[in-house]
Amino acid sequence: MPSPITETLTGAQIVVRLLERQGVRTLSGIPGGAILPIYDALSQSSLIHHVLARHEQGAGFIAQGMARASGEVAVCMASSGPGATNLLTAIADAKLDSIPMLAITGQVPTSMIGTDAFQEVDTYGLSIPITKHNFLVSSARDLLDIIPRAFRLASSGRPGPVLVDIPKDVQNQAVEISDWPEPGVADPVMAAPAELIASAAAMINAAARPVLYLGGGVVHSGASELAVALAEKASLPTVMTLMALGAMPVDHALSLGMLGMHGARCTNFALDECDLLIALGARFDDRATGKVTAFCPQAKIIHIDIDRSELDKIKTAHVGISGDVAAVLEQLAPQVNAALHTPWLARVGELKAEHPLRLPGIDDARTPYGLIHAVADGLDDQAIITTDVGQHQMWVAQAYPLRRPRQWLTSGGLGTMGFGLPAAIGASLAQPERTVVCFSGDGSILMNVQELATAAEEDVNVKVVLMNNASLGLVFQQQTMFYGERIFASKFKGVPDFLKVAEGFGWQTLDLDLADDPRAALRRALAGRGPLLIHASIDMREQVLPMVAPGASNKDMIGG
Amino acid sequence: MNAINKTENQALARTVLELDVNNHAGVMSHVVGMFSRRAYNVEGILCMPVGDGATSRIWLMVNEDVRLDQMVKQVEKLEDVLAVRRHGAEHQVFGRLEEFFH
Repeated sequence: MPSPITETLTGAQIVVRLLERQGVRTLSGIPGGAILPIYDALSQSSLIHHVLARHEQGAGFIAQGMARASGEVAVCMASSGPGATNLLTAIADAKLDSIPMLAITGQVPTSMIGTDAFQEVDTYGLSIPITKHNFLVSSARDLLDIIPRAFRLASSGRPGPVLVDIPKDVQNQAVEISDWPEPGVADPVMAAPAELIASAAAMINAAARPVLYLGGGVVHSGASELAVALAEKASLPTVMTLMALGAMPVDHALSLGMLGMHGARCTNFALDECDLLIALGARFDDRATGKVTAFCPQAKIIHIDIDRSELDKIKTAHVGISGDVAAVLEQLAPQVNAALHTPWLARVGELKAEHPLRLPGIDDARTPYGLIHAVADGLDDQAIITTDVGQHQMWVAQAYPLRRPRQWLTSGGLGTMGFGLPAAIGASLAQPERTVVCFSGDGSILMNVQELATAAEEDVNVKVVLMNNASLGLVFQQQTMFYGERIFASKFKGVPDFLKVAEGFGWQTLDLDLADDPRAALRRALAGRGPLLIHASIDMREQVLPMVAPGASNKDMIGG
Repeated sequence: MNAINKTENQALARTVLELDVNNHAGVMSHVVGMFSRRAYNVEGILCMPVGDGATSRIWLMVNEDVRLDQMVKQVEKLEDVLAVRRHGAEHQVFGRLEEFFH
């Protein structure tokens, strides 16, 4: 046997080599003192393209965009201290939406940890509650175990973010390497107990008014087709959480669209009447359920989730199955009888006819719904849609014809304003053949506006549709509806000229306000390549309706 | 412990949790963080290495609470937690320590 080749490498070089071996080809970050050894090693990599963000939170969301579009673990990097703290929001966001991400941070040298050294912060301690797992690396050799493990952990079971904090001396430490570990991959999924599958099937077969409730786990597990097939076989009206939009095409006959706070009346009413709720990869988030005790009051519950700690967390399930949604559906579907549920589907049809999702202004591209439809008309299903957070996000969630999983990237759990632009950049980097459209608001866009520079530098095919109502629209709406119209701190007195801002960053622009034919102008703009900002003024008084007041029952919808 | 305190303490049903964990810096922080973020007080903590020191055993004394079942599931999810066992308040591990607290 030939003796293995022994190389002497630094911790920094080991990190880069391990990332290359994992198949990482694009990552995002910002260098700084405590991570310069890794950046020096990265400069020698011919395989990895480093995307220089303009703020570490942007780097984190660029990685998230890559991960959400592809389903693969994506990597971001930052230096110690403020670099690390700036990453935290993007990490917490990834935790709440179960996004596989690896954050690598530089740390002050081991001997200086705990001395309040320059740019020292307890990154390990700060990241404990917002990561799936985290590491503080104490020797270069440990990296051979930790980096592949970090990839395995981020992608196994319920995905999530993992942070690896590497002191500068560990990055510089030279060790002899003769063997490389295998890349870290997701653990195989276990089969669910046959008796639970049989119980679930029996409940579905016995139900008269079943509803299928899809969550983000369906997208993560690649189970969308299986879920749609189950719905079709057993005639299950289907609702989706914000995170699951796209899992079933919204214009599918069985789709009831998004449930919850801004769901259609028919959707929440159908849930109120159902006698069986089949939850797939969903976690009964309060924005989806409204007042929990009033959610699906007549229903038995089947809850299928890969994370056992989600079962019985909010609602006690009659049958709880911990397992990968796709694997469980493979086992379950053959035992579910084909059914027509004619009376129930007729009732749901009645609800849809009586209480449809109302989209006023849909034919006028100068209204929120009309603008969203005009954008959709200029795109096909291959496009990726990202959003920021606020009214525009909910309007798009309600009205955009989402038809495929991973078409829709939005900050669901944490609800982070500033998500949309960097996530769109990441999505475009991961899948450059697609057009990526980021719907944003004048509040959200400013929260990571510096990434306009990153997008221009990378020349990504990202279009920002900026819905400008000169206010924090959802705050304005809630103050109007629930705080006696006492509007405070939600109207902007000074509104920047966003077209000039974008031009200053090297973007093309289109002001829809000035377009004679906004639909035609949109079509032309969306067909071009490269970064482009589309500005559209929106009336401040426009509201997202219907709306369930926070803490109220989903049955008690206002408006719509 | 005087008689009144004893009565008060017995009124709150206690649970003793026994955790097998990897033995390295930060594990305790992961475990107790699960409790502190919920403002769920941990009444007693005890930790010692086991065998060659690769793993440790953590004993936690906590008050019974409706949240406990879900929290135990969350603790079990931690990468460095190998096993969690639940005992009743009658478990002696904390009782035998009482002499060090007088």
